[in-house]
Amino acid sequence: MDKWIAAFGGRQRLMQLLALAVLLLVILPLTLDVFRLNLLGKYLTYAFVAVGLVLCWGYGGILSLGQGVFFGMGGYCMAMFLKLEASSPENTAIQSTPGIPDFMDWNQVTELPMMWVPFHSLTLTVVLILTVPALFAFLIGAAMFKRRVGGVYFAIITQAIASIATILIIGQQGYTGGINGITDLRTLLGWDIRPDSAKYLLYFLCCILLIVCLLIGQFVLSSRYGKLLIAMRDQEDRVRFSGYDVANIKIFVFALAGVFSAIGGAMFALQVGFMSPSFVGTVVSIEMVIFCAVGGRLSLIGAVYGALLVNLAKTMLSESFPQLWIVFMGALFIGVVLLFPQGLAGIYEDYVRPRFTNVFSRKSVTKDSGDKSVAQEAQS
Amino acid sequence: MTSPILLAIEDLTVSFDGFKAVDGLNLYVERNEVRVVIGPNGAGKTTLLDLICGKTKASSGSIKFKDIELTKLVEHDIVKAGVGRKFQTPSIYENLSVRENLELSYPKGRTVFGSLFFKVTDEVAARVLEVAEDTFLSDRLDTSAGLLSHGQKQWLEIGMLLIQDPELLMLDEPVAGMSVSEREATAELLGRISKNRSVIVIEHDMDFVKDIAHRVTVLHQGKLLAEGKMDEVQKNEKVIEVYLGH
Amino acid sequence: MGGYTSQELTAIFVMQGFSGLSLFCVFLLMALGLAIIFGQMGVINMAHGEFLTLGAYITWMVSELATETWPWMQDFYFPLAVVLAFAGTFILGYLVEMLLIRRLYSRPLDTLLATWGLGLILQQIYRSTFGPREVSVTMPDWLMGSWAPTDIIDIPLNGLLVMGITAMMTLLVVILLYRSRWGIKVRATTQNRAMANAAGINTQRVDRFTFALGCGIAGVAGAAFTTIASTGPTTGSLYIVDTFLVVVFGGAASLLGTVVSAFGIAQSQSILEFFLSGSMAKVITLLTVVGILMFRPQGLFASKVRR
Repeated sequence: MDKWIAAFGGRQRLMQLLALAVLLLVILPLTLDVFRLNLLGKYLTYAFVAVGLVLCWGYGGILSLGQGVFFGMGGYCMAMFLKLEASSPENTAIQSTPGIPDFMDWNQVTELPMMWVPFHSLTLTVVLILTVPALFAFLIGAAMFKRRVGGVYFAIITQAIASIATILIIGQQGYTGGINGITDLRTLLGWDIRPDSAKYLLYFLCCILLIVCLLIGQFVLSSRYGKLLIAMRDQEDRVRFSGYDVANIKIFVFALAGVFSAIGGAMFALQVGFMSPSFVGTVVSIEMVIFCAVGGRLSLIGAVYGALLVNLAKTMLSESFPQLWIVFMGALFIGVVLLFPQGLAGIYEDYVRPRFTNVFSRKSVTKDSGDKSVAQEAQS
Repeated sequence: MTSPILLAIEDLTVSFDGFKAVDGLNLYVERNEVRVVIGPNGAGKTTLLDLICGKTKASSGSIKFKDIELTKLVEHDIVKAGVGRKFQTPSIYENLSVRENLELSYPKGRTVFGSLFFKVTDEVAARVLEVAEDTFLSDRLDTSAGLLSHGQKQWLEIGMLLIQDPELLMLDEPVAGMSVSEREATAELLGRISKNRSVIVIEHDMDFVKDIAHRVTVLHQGKLLAEGKMDEVQKNEKVIEVYLGH
Repeated sequence: MGGYTSQELTAIFVMQGFSGLSLFCVFLLMALGLAIIFGQMGVINMAHGEFLTLGAYITWMVSELATETWPWMQDFYFPLAVVLAFAGTFILGYLVEMLLIRRLYSRPLDTLLATWGLGLILQQIYRSTFGPREVSVTMPDWLMGSWAPTDIIDIPLNGLLVMGITAMMTLLVVILLYRSRWGIKVRATTQNRAMANAAGINTQRVDRFTFALGCGIAGVAGAAFTTIASTGPTTGSLYIVDTFLVVVFGGAASLLGTVVSAFGIAQSQSILEFFLSGSMAKVITLLTVVGILMFRPQGLFASKVRR
């Protein structure tokens, strides 16, 4: 039993995860109405991206400013499947070409493009959601990490890729729905996703998937690979000269972050009912980095809270002070970097946890000091 | 019947924009030999190590290690072939404990999936203890590596190489910044670990060199200036003029 | 591609090439500023676009003054506007370096995030001050119209002015960087900060000045920009991704690389635009640049310094 606990992050981390699970699965559903719960579900889909960034940026030192691309991949895959289902010949009988999505019809597209055909099947859709981002991340990662492109250059190129993806999607209206995206999604295998009951179910599905991703993340970090990430971030050459192929280490964590983001995107399409290029581009990708930074870039669970809190603040502020919330976001970027680089998790470690030390954690001095110094390293 | 020569460097040249840091160098290191490389600054000593371990690509020439051509391999493959390199400034994982530093260097589970499912078995733990003892760090196993003294960090790095069990160990100024007693301990350590492997050492401290060297190679401006036992080399006029001076 | 005579094709290339030249000038001015800041200092200023916007807004304000209040200024207000644009953005850059960038020197990725945040704040300030809609500069009479060397080639005069400004700025930067005392200080600081400090160079002041200069050049880019398009709060941010690619593609430490890269990217986009849709032209250009960068990450003209 101890071995399992250790393999998934240790007693303390698992208790924090349990607390989050209770919050998401029990407390919030009982206290919030379905509209707000759905909103929360939307924020949680961003958390997938933030969690991925903790792994690849916080621990791996790889800053990707294009995670929106992966989010979009998952989102568009799911949206395409749902759209095809909603565009059955009966529903689209009034179109000039029935059986294809409405936006294709009014873009004078007369036949379903090859790209869309696999999305008739849910199984294939799910497989694609998990594999296409991984493949894409592998290609980009291999091209760049094998050539030792890292740090700033990598960030700029990912930003360019996000930009390219957005322009491509918007430009190819007939294939992708253009700037409006893919809208009017209705049923998943016959089950209507729009009524309240469906929203509840989808929310729980989203939470469970998120918890699964968190567990996978904990497993990765607790393994030798996790230590390699820390080692590689601090002393890449030494890792290389200990016989490890550093490029492969980077490719894996980048791909994992991509897959997490794609799952988030798919859940977004399901819960919110549409997908558009505004969730793919540079602006949203950089925002997701901030969710991760606010949560504490070295804390998987912190990233979830970060995503929730920033989005909550954004929604509240944009309602009351429409001019102010952009300034708030900007100030947040600067503040996180200058004032609290360890984010919420750092604040928790420094001020909140010491009060609970007796109750939860075992006496493990070096493990704590190890964590602390790792957290302090977040500043560099 | 294995050849007594472990490392054969022939006509090795590397040029950076016309400047030849290493120029047509020939060097042969035998098994279980401790070879110290000395020479003035800019002689090409560190570059030589860089070339062998793959950090720098040679412009021409060959480096044969047990009949494997190293110039064609990537760094991590050279390490797997059995070459270990210690850097001038201690490069250890400051945020991890000494034990974790050593565990990470254990030569198993070095692929992505291997490392995801790697378990610290009794065998691994025992080896870590063994190496820690060899490098005077057994009472520091759970200390964060960043908190070690400079000398201890050097020892840790040597330990991280030892645990890989390399046949060729390359140390770049291992006693730089060490106190006298630390130097003595390191000399003793080197004596022990060179029993069944070859070691190339770059050093400036002549007393230390005399203590540990089987043979000495003197480099100057990327070329071989002199080679032989320490006392021979010390009497060599060219060497005195260029380096040892008086 | 069919249906055009070779004469017409040449004319198309020249005119698209020329409109590409205007784009090239804006790219180059933006990239020059960024290349100085990123290439020489290693600082990533994601708010660089907002300095362009500021320069454009300053130019607009001067133009409004010239049209509404002091019509006698109409004919020569533009050079004055350029100078003011430079001054305004220089000062802002100086302040930004002092208050923000200085604390983040060893953390390039964090600088990226912080300056992105700064960009957001600046954009909102512009929005609140100048309104969310785009504003246009009224150009003096002598700038309207075009120059027609042949029957089918028609080159707008404001484009020529922009080219002139760009050429002048580039020359100035080259002279400053390679022929002045300050230029030596900057290059020394880039190559070996500790040594430069030890040699008595006030590296902090050099950094501050360099950053401010880079921002000032962006301001001039903004002034130049007003002659070819209207300005809104987010105008600068439209170009930031392209500009970074230009700098990285050229080889971050090389000014010549920046020029060549800006030219190549602008022209490629412009010429392709004639044959494909605007978005596809951009996509193909960017994809090619990214593709080449994957094979040659150091850019076209890489520095040959052995680290």
